[in-house]
Amino acid sequence: MCGIAGIIHKKGGASENIGAQMTDMLQALKHRGPDSTGYAVYGEDNGNQIMRLKVAEAIELEGSFSIHAEIAERIALVDSRLSEAGVKVVSKENSTEYSLRYELDFSGDMKKIADFIEDIEGVEILSVGNTLELIKDLGDASVVSSQYGLNDFNGTHAIGHTRMATESDIDIRSAHPYWAYPFSDIAVVHNGQLTNYWTNRRDLERKGNRFSSNCDSELIAVYIANKMSEGVDLETAMRESIDFLDGVFTYLVTTKDQLGMAKDCMAAKPMVVYEGDDMIALASEEVAIRKLFDHQIHTFDPYDGEVKVWQH
Amino acid sequence: MATLKDTKSHDMGLHEESLKGRTQQRFFSVDETSNLTYFNSFEVDTDKAATIDALEMTPREINIAIRELMESGVGSITVDNPMSRHGVGVGILNRLNLTFNDSLGYFGCGLIDGPNVHIKGRVGWSCAENMMAGTVLIEMNAGSTFGAAIRGGDLVCRGSVGARTGIDQKGGTIIVGGNTGAFSGFMMQRGRMIVCGDAGRNLGDSMYDGVIYVGGEVEELGIDCVPGEMTELDVRYLSSKLDLYGIKSPNGAEKMHKYVSGKMLWNYDKLEAHEKKVAL
Repeated sequence: MCGIAGIIHKKGGASENIGAQMTDMLQALKHRGPDSTGYAVYGEDNGNQIMRLKVAEAIELEGSFSIHAEIAERIALVDSRLSEAGVKVVSKENSTEYSLRYELDFSGDMKKIADFIEDIEGVEILSVGNTLELIKDLGDASVVSSQYGLNDFNGTHAIGHTRMATESDIDIRSAHPYWAYPFSDIAVVHNGQLTNYWTNRRDLERKGNRFSSNCDSELIAVYIANKMSEGVDLETAMRESIDFLDGVFTYLVTTKDQLGMAKDCMAAKPMVVYEGDDMIALASEEVAIRKLFDHQIHTFDPYDGEVKVWQH
Repeated sequence: MATLKDTKSHDMGLHEESLKGRTQQRFFSVDETSNLTYFNSFEVDTDKAATIDALEMTPREINIAIRELMESGVGSITVDNPMSRHGVGVGILNRLNLTFNDSLGYFGCGLIDGPNVHIKGRVGWSCAENMMAGTVLIEMNAGSTFGAAIRGGDLVCRGSVGARTGIDQKGGTIIVGGNTGAFSGFMMQRGRMIVCGDAGRNLGDSMYDGVIYVGGEVEELGIDCVPGEMTELDVRYLSSKLDLYGIKSPNGAEKMHKYVSGKMLWNYDKLEAHEKKVAL
């Protein structure tokens, strides 16, 4: 079933505690999917690139005696490869033993760096961006939020996902959001099932695109990334995706300063939208949006095939 | 008075075996007055009023509180702060004035038979699904599958509603003050749907029967949905029904369009092609 949520504060508004807001919304959607929870949160831009990565799956820690040593080796290898590529590490933090946050002083070819890092066995880059930080792990929103200190995260916009695993495994790799590799600051969350996943995945792979999981939702991120690499703007790419994707879906995309929503031609997956003067909030269920308001609000359901994009 | 337990079921030897499924039926007799009352319905006095503050309550607790008030004879209940919770106000089988001073989530007021419900906010998916009688009036917008499979009563939304409005509608009247989404009236079997604004794709797709009135534009008619002829009776019906709820169609009732089933689908003529030839 899965639950998705998004929030964007309009330009000029102060930076909000977007991490806590998204946690409240996702926790209200827990009944739609308790397997994993993910966030794509957009913070302040200080000119550096933020890279979030994992060097192992959470589940690996339970089944291997040597995994701790392997994790240490992988992290050392990441550090040496960054150094080798001429990337200056401004800061480095561990959120968990297997997930790291790097702040990088770098302005070169990010795809090249990403490929070099992901070449290390067991290492997957979750996101790269000036403001994007992509966090996902097993458990509900309160668990993931406290693990990664998200309740203190200030920012402008965010999307999130609570996952009920249907098409692929319960692991971090298959959790949402997905980063639109190799583009900075673009992330996707999805609720639904894509029935032409394998056909389209093979086509996109033949064009040189990379897939890191077997989750059908990753197709949307790769498709959007592929379109944007051709110079197509976000809204157009999303409109074209309605015909490209087969199945039932509602998905959200975020860029550095935009939040977009697209719904399939059957309007089969739910989405409720609140458009206020200062912010836009949307979620699979209104009960999630109401976590941000203690009073009655005006909301609506977008229609079939509808695409909307909001600007920060 | 004899009870069911003492007579029929014992006579039939049904207590000597493990009963499941259809053996749970209640055997009707007009001599047993318990059979003449509606199971799980209550005698209420609409002059007796009470308010529930649902802010800290679960949906189950809200429904139990409503039921307990009805059991004690309260006939006018106001629920404050339902906060868009799901499955609230369901299964009410007696007359009751029920007001929600806020929005409801999914499956609000489903399976009801008799109450007059006023929702001052918005409702989520499948509001009043399988409603049998009564009135549900929503002041703001509604989600998809609005009035799914309703059998009777009036379901009214002053705002716009989502997709698949009145899917599998079997009776009653659905009134939408604004627009409705795709596949509205899908597999409609009976009843009336009135949409004052626009309707999305595939309106009335595969409808068996019933009538759909649309005041605005129809993006596309569904399979076997065809325009019908508006008569003076239709206009009078629409005017009186919309007046009842203070809703106006932008161009007036007389400018509304009527859609009915073309009855050309396979299920209206089960003869194979070669059989048709013989029959003709």
